[in-house]
Amino acid sequence: MRETVAETPRVKTLGLEVPGWSGHRAGQHLDVRLTAEDGYQAQRSYSIASAPGDGLALTVERLDDGEVSPYLVDEAAKGDELEVRGPIGGYFVWDGDEPEPVLLVAGGSGVVPLMAMARHRARIGSETPMRLVYSSRTWDDVIYRDELEALGLDVVHTLTREQPPGWTGYARRIDRELLAEVAWPAGERPRVYVCGSTRFVDTAADSLLELGYDASWIRTERFGATG
Amino acid sequence: MTGVAELRLDGNAVGGIMLELFGIELTVCPCVCAGCGAHEELARLDVYRGAGIVVRCCHCEAVMIRIVEAGERTWLDLSGTASLQLGPQ
Repeated sequence: MRETVAETPRVKTLGLEVPGWSGHRAGQHLDVRLTAEDGYQAQRSYSIASAPGDGLALTVERLDDGEVSPYLVDEAAKGDELEVRGPIGGYFVWDGDEPEPVLLVAGGSGVVPLMAMARHRARIGSETPMRLVYSSRTWDDVIYRDELEALGLDVVHTLTREQPPGWTGYARRIDRELLAEVAWPAGERPRVYVCGSTRFVDTAADSLLELGYDASWIRTERFGATG
Repeated sequence: MTGVAELRLDGNAVGGIMLELFGIELTVCPCVCAGCGAHEELARLDVYRGAGIVVRCCHCEAVMIRIVEAGERTWLDLSGTASLQLGPQ
Protein backbone atom coordinates (compact mmCIF):
# COMPACT_ATOMS: atom_id res chain seq x y z
CA MET A 1 0.00 0.00 0.00
CA ARG A 2 1.60 3.21 -1.17
CA GLU A 3 -0.71 5.78 0.44
CA THR A 4 -4.13 6.32 2.00
CA VAL A 5 -6.37 9.36 1.56
CA ALA A 6 -9.43 10.08 3.73
CA GLU A 7 -12.32 11.05 1.45
CA THR A 8 -15.13 11.29 4.01
CA PRO A 9 -15.33 10.11 7.64
CA ARG A 10 -16.37 6.64 6.42
CA VAL A 11 -14.52 6.41 3.12
CA LYS A 12 -10.86 6.07 2.31
CA THR A 13 -8.85 5.78 -0.89
CA LEU A 14 -6.04 3.23 -0.86
CA GLY A 15 -3.23 3.73 -3.36
CA LEU A 16 -1.67 0.38 -4.25
CA GLU A 17 1.57 -0.65 -5.88
CA VAL A 18 1.16 -4.11 -7.42
CA PRO A 19 4.25 -5.90 -8.77
CA GLY A 20 3.71 -6.89 -12.40
CA TRP A 21 0.47 -4.90 -12.68
CA SER A 22 -0.69 -4.95 -16.29
CA GLY A 23 -2.96 -1.88 -16.11
CA HIS A 24 -6.73 -1.61 -15.94
CA ARG A 25 -9.81 -0.19 -17.70
CA ALA A 26 -12.14 2.43 -16.23
CA GLY A 27 -14.93 0.66 -14.34
CA GLN A 28 -13.08 -2.52 -13.40
CA HIS A 29 -12.72 -3.88 -9.87
CA LEU A 30 -10.32 -5.87 -7.73
CA ASP A 31 -10.90 -8.67 -5.26
CA VAL A 32 -9.11 -8.12 -1.94
CA ARG A 33 -8.51 -11.12 0.33
CA LEU A 34 -7.58 -10.88 4.00
CA THR A 35 -6.29 -13.85 5.96
CA ALA A 36 -6.48 -13.90 9.77
CA GLU A 37 -3.79 -15.48 11.93
CA ASP A 38 -5.96 -18.59 12.37
CA GLY A 39 -6.25 -18.99 8.60
CA TYR A 40 -9.79 -17.62 8.27
CA GLN A 41 -10.15 -15.80 4.98
CA ALA A 42 -12.55 -13.10 3.85
CA GLN A 43 -12.72 -11.64 0.37
CA ARG A 44 -14.55 -8.62 -1.05
CA SER A 45 -14.64 -6.77 -4.36
CA TYR A 46 -13.71 -3.08 -4.54
CA SER A 47 -13.91 -0.81 -7.54
CA ILE A 48 -10.83 0.85 -8.96
CA ALA A 49 -11.13 4.63 -8.57
CA SER A 50 -8.14 5.77 -10.60
CA ALA A 51 -7.99 6.39 -14.33
CA PRO A 52 -6.12 3.87 -16.46
CA GLY A 53 -2.45 4.80 -16.60
CA ASP A 54 -2.70 6.83 -13.43
CA GLY A 55 -1.59 4.35 -10.81
CA LEU A 56 -3.91 1.99 -8.99
CA ALA A 57 -6.26 3.21 -6.27
CA LEU A 58 -9.32 1.68 -4.61
CA THR A 59 -11.89 3.69 -2.70
CA VAL A 60 -13.46 1.76 0.18
CA GLU A 61 -16.49 2.59 2.33
CA ARG A 62 -16.52 1.26 5.89
CA LEU A 63 -19.56 -0.89 6.61
CA ASP A 64 -19.69 -1.13 10.40
CA ASP A 65 -20.54 -4.84 10.61
CA GLY A 66 -18.27 -5.79 7.71
CA GLU A 67 -15.35 -8.20 7.88
CA VAL A 68 -12.99 -6.49 5.45
CA SER A 69 -13.89 -2.82 5.03
CA PRO A 70 -13.39 -1.76 8.71
CA TYR A 71 -9.83 -3.09 8.52
CA LEU A 72 -9.13 -1.40 5.18
CA VAL A 73 -10.57 1.96 6.26
CA ASP A 74 -9.50 2.13 9.92
CA GLU A 75 -6.31 0.10 10.22
CA ALA A 76 -4.53 -0.54 6.94
CA ALA A 77 -1.60 1.82 6.49
CA LYS A 78 1.15 2.71 4.07
CA GLY A 79 3.54 -0.20 3.62
CA ASP A 80 0.99 -2.91 4.50
CA GLU A 81 0.61 -5.78 2.06
CA LEU A 82 -2.72 -6.95 0.64
CA GLU A 83 -3.60 -10.00 -1.43
CA VAL A 84 -5.46 -8.86 -4.56
CA ARG A 85 -6.91 -10.49 -7.69
CA GLY A 86 -7.66 -8.57 -10.86
CA PRO A 87 -8.29 -6.39 -12.71
CA ILE A 88 -11.76 -7.87 -13.15
CA GLY A 89 -14.56 -7.02 -15.55
CA GLY A 90 -15.04 -6.28 -19.23
CA TYR A 91 -18.73 -5.38 -19.12
CA PHE A 92 -18.99 -2.44 -16.73
CA VAL A 93 -16.20 -0.48 -18.44
CA TRP A 94 -15.95 2.71 -20.48
CA ASP A 95 -12.89 3.08 -22.70
CA GLY A 96 -13.73 6.54 -24.05
CA ASP A 97 -13.79 5.52 -27.72
CA GLU A 98 -17.55 5.82 -28.32
CA PRO A 99 -19.14 9.14 -29.41
CA GLU A 100 -22.45 8.72 -27.57
CA PRO A 101 -23.05 10.89 -24.49
CA VAL A 102 -22.52 9.12 -21.20
CA LEU A 103 -24.88 9.11 -18.23
CA LEU A 104 -23.42 7.98 -14.92
CA VAL A 105 -25.84 7.22 -12.08
CA ALA A 106 -24.30 6.69 -8.65
CA GLY A 107 -25.74 5.71 -5.30
CA GLY A 108 -23.32 6.41 -2.45
CA SER A 109 -20.01 4.60 -2.91
CA GLY A 110 -21.32 3.38 -6.27
CA VAL A 111 -19.63 6.53 -7.54
CA VAL A 112 -16.21 4.87 -7.36
CA PRO A 113 -16.06 3.02 -10.71
CA LEU A 114 -17.87 5.97 -12.33
CA MET A 115 -15.16 8.28 -10.98
CA ALA A 116 -12.59 6.16 -12.81
CA MET A 117 -14.58 6.85 -16.00
CA ALA A 118 -14.80 10.60 -15.30
CA ARG A 119 -11.07 10.76 -14.54
CA HIS A 120 -10.32 8.75 -17.69
CA ARG A 121 -12.38 11.18 -19.78
CA ALA A 122 -10.46 14.14 -18.37
CA ARG A 123 -7.10 12.39 -18.71
CA ILE A 124 -7.51 11.54 -22.40
CA GLY A 125 -9.00 14.97 -23.19
CA SER A 126 -12.26 13.44 -24.42
CA GLU A 127 -15.06 15.83 -25.37
CA THR A 128 -17.75 13.18 -25.09
CA PRO A 129 -20.55 14.73 -23.04
CA MET A 130 -20.68 13.09 -19.63
CA ARG A 131 -23.19 13.70 -16.85
CA LEU A 132 -23.16 12.25 -13.35
CA VAL A 133 -26.33 11.95 -11.27
CA TYR A 134 -25.10 11.26 -7.76
CA SER A 135 -27.24 10.36 -4.74
CA SER A 136 -25.69 10.79 -1.29
CA ARG A 137 -27.17 10.89 2.19
CA THR A 138 -25.65 14.24 3.21
CA TRP A 139 -23.27 16.82 1.72
CA ASP A 140 -20.49 15.46 3.96
CA ASP A 141 -21.01 11.96 2.53
CA VAL A 142 -20.27 13.12 -1.03
CA ILE A 143 -17.09 11.33 -2.10
CA TYR A 144 -14.64 13.26 -4.36
CA ARG A 145 -16.73 16.41 -3.84
CA ASP A 146 -14.10 18.98 -4.79
CA GLU A 147 -12.47 16.99 -7.58
CA LEU A 148 -15.83 16.41 -9.26
CA GLU A 149 -16.20 20.15 -9.67
CA ALA A 150 -12.86 20.33 -11.44
CA LEU A 151 -13.25 17.43 -13.86
CA GLY A 152 -15.41 19.25 -16.38
CA LEU A 153 -18.43 16.96 -16.42
CA ASP A 154 -21.99 17.89 -15.44
CA VAL A 155 -22.74 16.81 -11.88
CA VAL A 156 -26.25 16.68 -10.47
CA HIS A 157 -26.34 15.95 -6.74
CA THR A 158 -29.27 14.75 -4.73
CA LEU A 159 -29.05 14.60 -0.93
CA THR A 160 -31.52 12.15 0.51
CA ARG A 161 -31.19 12.50 4.28
CA GLU A 162 -30.02 15.98 5.17
CA GLN A 163 -29.32 19.10 3.14
CA PRO A 164 -27.09 22.07 4.04
CA PRO A 165 -28.78 25.43 4.68
CA GLY A 166 -29.80 27.09 1.45
CA TRP A 167 -29.59 23.86 -0.57
CA THR A 168 -31.40 24.29 -3.88
CA GLY A 169 -30.61 20.92 -5.41
CA TYR A 170 -32.56 17.69 -5.31
CA ALA A 171 -33.37 16.31 -1.87
CA ARG A 172 -34.89 12.90 -2.53
CA ARG A 173 -34.01 9.45 -3.76
CA ILE A 174 -33.51 9.05 -7.47
CA ASP A 175 -36.78 8.28 -9.23
CA ARG A 176 -38.25 8.43 -12.70
CA GLU A 177 -39.27 12.10 -12.47
CA LEU A 178 -35.80 13.14 -11.36
CA LEU A 179 -34.14 11.17 -14.16
CA ALA A 180 -36.63 12.57 -16.67
CA GLU A 181 -35.36 16.06 -15.76
CA VAL A 182 -31.63 15.38 -15.85
CA ALA A 183 -30.94 12.37 -18.10
CA TRP A 184 -29.94 12.78 -21.76
CA PRO A 185 -32.94 12.46 -24.09
CA ALA A 186 -33.40 8.89 -25.33
CA GLY A 187 -32.96 10.16 -28.89
CA GLU A 188 -29.25 10.67 -28.21
CA ARG A 189 -28.85 6.95 -27.50
CA PRO A 190 -26.70 7.57 -24.43
CA ARG A 191 -24.42 5.02 -22.82
CA VAL A 192 -25.46 4.51 -19.20
CA TYR A 193 -23.58 3.16 -16.21
CA VAL A 194 -25.50 2.67 -12.96
CA CYS A 195 -23.75 1.59 -9.76
CA GLY A 196 -25.05 1.34 -6.21
CA SER A 197 -27.06 -0.96 -3.95
CA THR A 198 -29.36 -3.51 -5.56
CA ARG A 199 -32.47 -1.47 -4.79
CA PHE A 200 -30.88 1.75 -6.10
CA VAL A 201 -29.73 0.11 -9.34
CA ASP A 202 -33.09 -1.55 -9.97
CA THR A 203 -34.98 1.72 -9.45
CA ALA A 204 -32.66 3.71 -11.70
CA ALA A 205 -32.52 1.13 -14.48
CA ASP A 206 -36.29 0.54 -14.47
CA SER A 207 -36.91 4.30 -14.57
CA LEU A 208 -34.61 4.74 -17.55
CA LEU A 209 -36.38 1.93 -19.43
CA GLU A 210 -39.68 3.72 -18.75
CA LEU A 211 -38.14 6.90 -20.21
CA GLY A 212 -37.50 5.08 -23.47
CA TYR A 213 -33.92 3.97 -22.98
CA ASP A 214 -33.00 0.66 -24.57
CA ALA A 215 -31.84 -2.08 -22.18
CA SER A 216 -28.70 -2.56 -24.29
CA TRP A 217 -27.55 1.01 -23.49
CA ILE A 218 -27.68 0.43 -19.73
CA ARG A 219 -24.91 -1.31 -17.85
CA THR A 220 -25.31 -1.93 -14.15
CA GLU A 221 -23.21 -3.07 -11.23
CA ARG A 222 -24.76 -3.90 -7.86
CA PHE A 223 -22.98 -3.57 -4.55
CA GLY A 224 -23.48 -6.17 -1.87
CA ALA A 225 -24.60 -5.35 1.65
CA THR A 226 -21.59 -7.12 3.19
CA GLY A 227 -18.36 -5.23 3.58
CA MET B 1 -34.76 -7.13 7.69
CA THR B 2 -33.12 -7.70 4.37
CA GLY B 3 -35.25 -9.46 1.77
CA VAL B 4 -33.87 -11.96 -0.70
CA ALA B 5 -34.34 -9.46 -3.53
CA GLU B 6 -31.91 -7.07 -1.86
CA LEU B 7 -29.25 -9.78 -1.70
CA ARG B 8 -29.34 -10.12 -5.46
CA LEU B 9 -26.11 -9.06 -7.10
CA ASP B 10 -25.13 -9.42 -10.75
CA GLY B 11 -22.56 -11.33 -12.74
CA ASN B 12 -19.90 -8.66 -12.20
CA ALA B 13 -19.61 -10.14 -8.71
CA VAL B 14 -18.35 -13.49 -10.02
CA GLY B 15 -15.85 -12.02 -12.47
CA GLY B 16 -12.97 -12.67 -10.07
CA ILE B 17 -13.68 -16.33 -9.37
CA MET B 18 -14.40 -16.99 -13.06
CA LEU B 19 -11.14 -15.29 -14.01
CA GLU B 20 -9.35 -17.60 -11.62
CA LEU B 21 -11.16 -20.76 -12.85
CA PHE B 22 -11.07 -20.06 -16.60
CA GLY B 23 -8.05 -17.77 -16.86
CA ILE B 24 -9.97 -15.24 -18.96
CA GLU B 25 -12.39 -12.37 -18.43
CA LEU B 26 -15.88 -13.91 -18.57
CA THR B 27 -18.33 -11.15 -17.57
CA VAL B 28 -18.87 -10.20 -21.23
CA CYS B 29 -19.35 -13.81 -22.36
CA PRO B 30 -22.80 -14.73 -23.64
CA CYS B 31 -24.32 -17.54 -21.56
CA VAL B 32 -27.31 -19.58 -22.70
CA CYS B 33 -29.84 -20.67 -20.07
CA ALA B 34 -30.60 -24.39 -20.24
CA GLY B 35 -34.05 -23.64 -18.84
CA CYS B 36 -35.47 -20.95 -21.14
CA GLY B 37 -32.79 -20.58 -23.81
CA ALA B 38 -32.17 -16.87 -23.14
CA HIS B 39 -28.77 -15.48 -24.16
CA GLU B 40 -27.27 -12.96 -21.75
CA GLU B 41 -23.82 -11.74 -20.88
CA LEU B 42 -22.67 -13.17 -17.57
CA ALA B 43 -22.63 -9.64 -16.06
CA ARG B 44 -26.40 -9.37 -16.59
CA LEU B 45 -27.28 -12.59 -14.75
CA ASP B 46 -28.52 -12.63 -11.14
CA VAL B 47 -26.04 -13.67 -8.47
CA TYR B 48 -26.71 -14.76 -4.89
CA ARG B 49 -23.89 -15.37 -2.44
CA GLY B 50 -24.16 -17.53 0.64
CA ALA B 51 -22.04 -20.51 1.62
CA GLY B 52 -21.58 -20.82 -2.12
CA ILE B 53 -22.44 -18.79 -5.19
CA VAL B 54 -25.60 -19.29 -7.24
CA VAL B 55 -26.02 -17.65 -10.64
CA ARG B 56 -29.60 -17.52 -11.91
CA CYS B 57 -31.09 -16.62 -15.27
CA CYS B 58 -32.35 -13.02 -15.17
CA HIS B 59 -35.37 -14.04 -17.29
CA CYS B 60 -36.67 -17.34 -15.84
CA GLU B 61 -34.69 -17.46 -12.56
CA ALA B 62 -33.45 -21.00 -13.26
CA VAL B 63 -30.13 -21.88 -11.62
CA MET B 64 -27.44 -21.67 -14.30
CA ILE B 65 -24.18 -21.90 -12.35
CA ARG B 66 -23.26 -23.05 -8.86
CA ILE B 67 -19.84 -22.54 -7.33
CA VAL B 68 -18.63 -23.80 -3.97
CA GLU B 69 -15.16 -23.05 -2.70
CA ALA B 70 -13.68 -24.96 0.22
CA GLY B 71 -10.02 -24.55 0.98
CA GLU B 72 -8.07 -25.22 -2.18
CA ARG B 73 -10.94 -27.10 -3.86
CA THR B 74 -13.66 -25.58 -6.01
CA TRP B 75 -16.84 -27.26 -7.27
CA LEU B 76 -18.32 -25.76 -10.43
CA ASP B 77 -21.76 -26.93 -11.58
CA LEU B 78 -22.70 -25.67 -15.04
CA SER B 79 -25.60 -28.06 -15.62
CA GLY B 80 -28.05 -25.16 -15.92
CA THR B 81 -25.98 -23.50 -18.65
CA ALA B 82 -26.52 -24.79 -22.19
CA SER B 83 -23.42 -22.99 -23.47
CA LEU B 84 -20.81 -20.38 -22.69
CA GLN B 85 -19.32 -18.47 -25.61
CA LEU B 86 -15.63 -17.85 -25.00
CA GLY B 87 -13.16 -15.73 -26.96
CA PRO B 88 -13.40 -12.18 -28.32
CA GLN B 89 -16.94 -10.81 -28.13
